[in-house]
Parts: sequence; structure tokens; C-alpha cells
Amino acid sequence: MADTPAITASRRLVLKAALGTGGGLMLCFFLPTGADAAPGKAAATEFTPNAFITIGADGKVTLVAMNPEMGQGTKTSLPMLIAEELDVDWANVHIVQADSEPTKYGRQFSGGSRATPIHWDQLRRVGAVGRAMLVAAAAQTWKVAAAVCTTEPGQVVHGASGRRIAYGDLIAVAATLPVPDPKTVALKEPKDYRIIGTAQRQVDQAAIVTGQPLFGIDVRLPGMLYATFQKAPAYGAKLAGADIATQKAAKGVHDVYLIDGPTDPQGAVSGIAVVAGTWWAAQKARLALQATWADGPSRSQSSEHFHAQAQELSKQPPTMPIRKDGDPDAAFKGAAKVIEAQYFYPFISHATLEPQNCTASVKDGKVEIWAPTQNPEPGRDLIVRTLKVKPEDVTIHMMRCGGGFGRRLSNDYMVEAAVIAERAGVPVKLLWSREDDMAHDFYRPAGYHFFKAGLDGSGRLIAFRDHFISIGMNGKFSSSANLAPEEFPAFAVPHLEFAASIMQSAVPTGPMRAPRSNALAFAFQSFIDEIAAASGADPLALRLDLLKAAAAQPKPAAPAQGDPPFDAARMIPVVQRAADMAGWGRQVPKGSGLGIAFYFSHLGYFAEVVEAHVGGKGAVKVDKVWVAADIGSQVINPSGAMNQVQGAVLDGISAALHQRITVKDGMTVQRNFDDYPLLRMPEAPEVEVDWVKSANSPTGLGEPALPPVLPALCNAIFAATGKRVRSLPIDLTSV
Amino acid sequence: MAYTIAINGVAHSVEADDDTPLLWVLRDTVGLVGTKYGCGIAQCGACTVHVDGTPARSCQIPVASVGNAQITTIEGIGDSPVGRKVQQAWIELDVAQCGYCQAGQIMSATALLKSNPRPSDADIEQAITYLRIRAAIKRASESLAQTMEIQHG
Repeated sequence: MADTPAITASRRLVLKAALGTGGGLMLCFFLPTGADAAPGKAAATEFTPNAFITIGADGKVTLVAMNPEMGQGTKTSLPMLIAEELDVDWANVHIVQADSEPTKYGRQFSGGSRATPIHWDQLRRVGAVGRAMLVAAAAQTWKVAAAVCTTEPGQVVHGASGRRIAYGDLIAVAATLPVPDPKTVALKEPKDYRIIGTAQRQVDQAAIVTGQPLFGIDVRLPGMLYATFQKAPAYGAKLAGADIATQKAAKGVHDVYLIDGPTDPQGAVSGIAVVAGTWWAAQKARLALQATWADGPSRSQSSEHFHAQAQELSKQPPTMPIRKDGDPDAAFKGAAKVIEAQYFYPFISHATLEPQNCTASVKDGKVEIWAPTQNPEPGRDLIVRTLKVKPEDVTIHMMRCGGGFGRRLSNDYMVEAAVIAERAGVPVKLLWSREDDMAHDFYRPAGYHFFKAGLDGSGRLIAFRDHFISIGMNGKFSSSANLAPEEFPAFAVPHLEFAASIMQSAVPTGPMRAPRSNALAFAFQSFIDEIAAASGADPLALRLDLLKAAAAQPKPAAPAQGDPPFDAARMIPVVQRAADMAGWGRQVPKGSGLGIAFYFSHLGYFAEVVEAHVGGKGAVKVDKVWVAADIGSQVINPSGAMNQVQGAVLDGISAALHQRITVKDGMTVQRNFDDYPLLRMPEAPEVEVDWVKSANSPTGLGEPALPPVLPALCNAIFAATGKRVRSLPIDLTSV
Repeated sequence: MAYTIAINGVAHSVEADDDTPLLWVLRDTVGLVGTKYGCGIAQCGACTVHVDGTPARSCQIPVASVGNAQITTIEGIGDSPVGRKVQQAWIELDVAQCGYCQAGQIMSATALLKSNPRPSDADIEQAITYLRIRAAIKRASESLAQTMEIQHG
């Protein structure tokens, strides 16, 4: 996701290539890639202007979906971009899922809500190249200028004469033509879009509802065996010893292997693999194994210990400066009113409903992988390093993921399957149990914020401080456990300080849907609500005032590469829209309240209002959520977009109400959905969504709808009860 | 042990330990992988099948206890008019996201509509539901009602 350095670096590479400054990838992207596509080839049966498009003589259009699909909808939305500019009938388009072949397609991953911003321009140009060649082919056939020809879905039209030729009848000529530079091809005016902006079903919807094999877990190969893998319960610990003889002889068991490996949980760690004719047989034998484990680096770590340490550290000055504006110390001294509050959020697990799994076949130095992965290429690197094979000898098929949320950016299960399959000598499907999945995650990090705010005599916010107590190793933040200097209310408060202290931690962490933001939004936007209460301001009015103050600051220069910074002015109409949708300020029933929050993440501007009711014994019911969003000028697929927003909001409510991973003795306490519950259906509120269109390039949707719902809910609870939630998951009996 | 199990109207002879959950017999032995594993402890519902028409969690049913019961899975639910309507409504409303739990949702929704063709919101709420699923059950219910009117009218 956005803050993983590996992806950021690679994304820049892709952008550079797409912009034509990098060269190498550009050629790979757009040159014909198959023998069939070689210019000049006689009697072509297909037209393949680039790696993404194939048009048959019958007019059938096949488009490649380049990124892994995990429910975020890019298997549908990215080909829509190509189809739009190729100008074909969407109903006539067949979509195929790409394997992981970055030399052919460019960087392929699903994370950070990146697909739309990266590919919006590039994939439209992919389509436009094909269209330009078909137009040129028609012009050549008719002996007219290409400029007087236009297209309608699937055909080229000569306006003056009314002549038409179907794309399928042009493929032989088109295949002989030079491929134009994608930078030079004309793109449609948005008013002429026929596909972009129309609601399209996910291309796999029918296959899903009829139970067709689509997911990684569904892969079946001839002669395939099933594997389970027992790893150390404690993070980073190694196998000390095991008696495997009994289980080797167990019914249905093919073999049991002791695997030696590194302690880095990103790789194929040490453990015991059981291979059997069915998964159940493998799992039964594995549960009966007797093993002992050496102490790992996390043995003494626990949530309780982190909590006590954070309280201690909060009394000392922070060790790591992050941002300082003005003179916060002096401003706090001079403030008419000072408020302080401590916020906490726990580790949480991704809990993809499809547990981690991978099918691998290793034969004669060639490795073939079928994996539900968001990020296949680091998996290839792991396999190359671990099995000592050549990168080109590893084939990776990207299977549909039963949820991803960032978990499948790591490929630990992929390299484990490869290691086990190499030992077994036959194809093996490794499947983790739910318990394995919960015990061996890269968790959303826990964190503590010790906030302080100073108000002047008129109630204006003049000073703000966050002492962020996070986790890490040797003075460096754990993955996704950092705080950026641009965090709001930076730029909105004259005297402001962000600084951190880091607690030594061996708990594996990683990006999780809206990494950092999913936690920071709760802490910051809840404390801003406290500031509103302390100053007697309306929570909406205070937010608009702060945004106006930030918008009035000189804009920081946009970086030459990378993301444009937060634009406070863009958030103002979004916040206003959400408030209007919800009828902000209206009377609500006794025991109910409205809460508002906004958050900018993954280039998306989101504001949300929650109406919640608090019943007897502190039971929280979320009645409705209103979402306003600015993700630019276009919503590529409104149906998929609505699904992403609703799903993200429910995901956020689930985390707010239920989810907590507790660490004890360096291992995860929770085991399954009975002690790590997810949101249940009857708890799901109605979610109303409205788009605030702006003149900006479209951005992604997998993540940015999630962060604001947590503080909006907590703020609604405050409005309903006067109780301030400062710790997640929400437990009103302890407030 | 050898068992003969009726799945989607077809008798399958399978070899499995007595305690093997039906889920794994379906997925690994018979090769019907539409029924999904999510938790193994009857919490998530992804493994829901119909046993003689009643929804049940296949991760909790030992193969030895299946006996002569008729098992219906997501691969076979479309053979019934109600199941087909539910699947159509799901497609029309673009319900699934990742889709991993959808077999279970569809099996539950079909069972609900089979026993109660015109469920109230509260009925649906009790059985299952979220947003598009709620809407899709309504859509399936309306479309069923139309079909019944056509058949009877």
C-alpha cells in the first residue's frame, strides 16, 4: 500500500515509464508481444496491437485484466478504460486475468488504491492505440484520410459516405500497420464516454454466484496433494524439536517434513509440513504433532506490557521529532484553556475470509504457482532466493483473492508452498487453517496518542501537540506504524508539534486497508471533536473553520514525483455535502446522536456522518452512514464504486465495534471468529453515498472510505451520550 | 470408510474417514469447490449447504452422519426455481465484492425464500443481510412472486 517503500519506488518506475521518461518499460508495454501480432504477417487471424488487446476476425474483443482481483473491482474497471478508448461494445468484451508478467504489463499489484491513479491515463492510451490503428486500417481500405473517419462501438465509420466496417473485418490490414506512440494518440472527450461512468457488473459475478472455481483455494491439479504447515506460535521463533514418526505413519498422510528457515516472517520460516491426500487428513495429523519451539525475540512482549510502557513513555519527552510549527510550549503557557486526552487503538488482523493458501508445482527447476496474491513479484523474489531457481523459471498465476486488505501484499504462504512442493515432488496445495491465519498475520499496529490542545480566550485552537507512542525496532517504526508530518490539523494550527517515542516490538505488522489512516483518523478526528466540545463550537463548524485556516496557508509545492499533497480547499465542499446529506443539526431521537469526521487518504477526500443509537448496557447500533467523496472528475464504474464505499464503511464499523488482537508471551491470543468477531449482518447500517465531482484526475476507492467512519461513529456516541470513546474497540461499559 | 452421498441429485461414492467434515469431502474428494472454508467452527457461514432442504454448516457435519440425506451445494442450487432467482438477483444487483462468502449467503437466502417467499424486512434481517444482499433477496422475492402469478394466473 501507499506507505510501503517497495511499492512506492516501483510505482514511480511505472509512472516514469508511462510518462515515457523511463524508456524500457514503455517499449515492453506497447510493442506487439506475440508472433500473431508481428507487423506484416499475412492473413492475421487476430489483431493484437499490444499486450492488452486481441480482436478476432469475428469481432470478438479480448482484454487483459492486469492486476490481481480481490473484490476491489479492477478486473472490471481497468478493462473498462481500455474498452472505452478502443470504442467497443462492453457486452462484446471478454476479460482474461493476466499472469504476473511485469515485463509485458508493467508493475502488477493491488494495494494503496493505486490502480485508478496509475492506470487512468495509461490504459486509456492502450485502448486508443488500438482504435487509431483500426481507423488507419479503414482509411487505407477506403483510400480516405484517417481524420475523416470516426468510430462507433466495434466499427469504423466514414462520416461523408456513411460507410462502415466492423473491427473484425479490419484486423488483417490493421495488423500490418505501425503501432503509434501512445503519447500521441487522441483520447475521447469525457462527454463522449459510453462505458466510463456507467454501472457495470463485476465480470466474474455470474461465476461467483454459481460456485465456479475462481479463488486460490479452489485450484486442483492432477496428482495434487494437500499440505498444512505448523509454525511457531510465537512470532519469529524457530522449531527446536519434533517427533514426526507417528504422524508420518498416520492414515492418509503422504509425508511430514521438518522445514528449516529464517526467522523473518516474510519468508519460509521454520516449521513442520504435513502432506496428505486431503486437507482434513493433513490437518488432523498436524494437530497431533508434538513439537517444541525455541524462544523468539518476542517472548517477553505483550499488549499489557506495551500499555504499561506507553504510560511511562508519555511522562517523558518524545525521542523522535516529526513536525514543529511556531512555539507550542509558549502557546500552551499562554492558552486560556488546555485539554489533554489519551487515545489507544489495538493490533488488528486482516482476517481475509479466504485463509492464506497457495498451490505450487516444482519440477525440473521450474516452479509454477497459483496464488491469491495482491503483490506477486516479491513472491517470485522470495522463491528465487529460497529455492535457488531463476526468476524466469517461476510462473505465477494470480488467482482471485477472497479478500486481501493488504494481507496478501506479503507472500509468506507462497514461498512456503513452493518449499513444501519441492520436497513433495508433486503439486501441493498449502492451506492455512483460520487459526494459522490469525496467528501469523502482519497486523495493523497498535498505537497510543497523547494529545494536548490549547485554546485562546475566544475558544480558537492555537496550539496542538501529539506525543505518538508507537512500536518499532531499534528506533525505526514498524511497518505502517508511523505518523507523517502532514497529518491534519497540520497547516490549520499556528503552534503545532508532532513527535514520537518507539517501543521495541517484534510483532509483525504491515499495511491494512487504509494503512495508518485506519487508526490515525480515529485518534485525530475524535480529539478534534473534543476540541469542539471544549470550545463550545459545533463539530461541523469547527472542522470547516480549521479547513479554511489550512486552505488559507500557502500551498506546499507539489512534489515532482509522487502524490499531490492534501488540499484543504477540496475537503470543504465534501464535508459540507456529508453534513447536508445527513441533515446535520436536526433533532434525533433520545439516545441517538450524529457524528461527523473527514479524512484524506489514498488521494481520496471523504467526509462521513454517522447516526448511532446507544441502548441499555451501552449497546451501540449504527443506524445510518452518509458518505460524501471527491475522487476526481469520474467514477469509472459506479456499481463497483458503491460496493467499495459500502464495504469499506462496514469494515471500519467492524473494527470500531469488535476487532482487537491481543499479544501475550509474544504470540496472538485470538484464534478464530468466536474470539475475533467480525461485523454481523444485522449490525450493518444503510450507507448513502454521494460524489462531489471535481476537475481532478480520478483516484482509487479500495481504502479512503474507511478511515472517517470510525471517528464519525465515536463522535456520534458522544453526541448521544456525552461519553467519549478513546480506546478501540468501543466498549461503553468502560467509558 | 466408503460412503455414497447424494449431492445435487447425483450419487457420489467417496472414501473418507468417518470424522471428515462434509465440507472437505465436497471440496477435496468430490471436487465441488464452490462451498468454502472460512473458519471451521460454524461461525462464518461460508460453508453453508442444504441438507434435505435445510441450511447447515458443512464444516460441522461428519461424513458418517450424512446417510441418505440429499445434499445441495451452490453448484446445484440453480436447479431449483428459487435458487435460480436468487442467483439472478445477485447478478442483477452486482452483489458480490470478493465473493468468497457468497455461496453461503446464496444458500441461506434461498432457504429463507423457500420457507418464506415474501419475507418482511425483519424476516430478512433475522436470516441474514447487508445492503445489496437485502435488496437482492427482495428482488428475488419479487421476481418469484411474478413467476408464481404467471404460473397461477
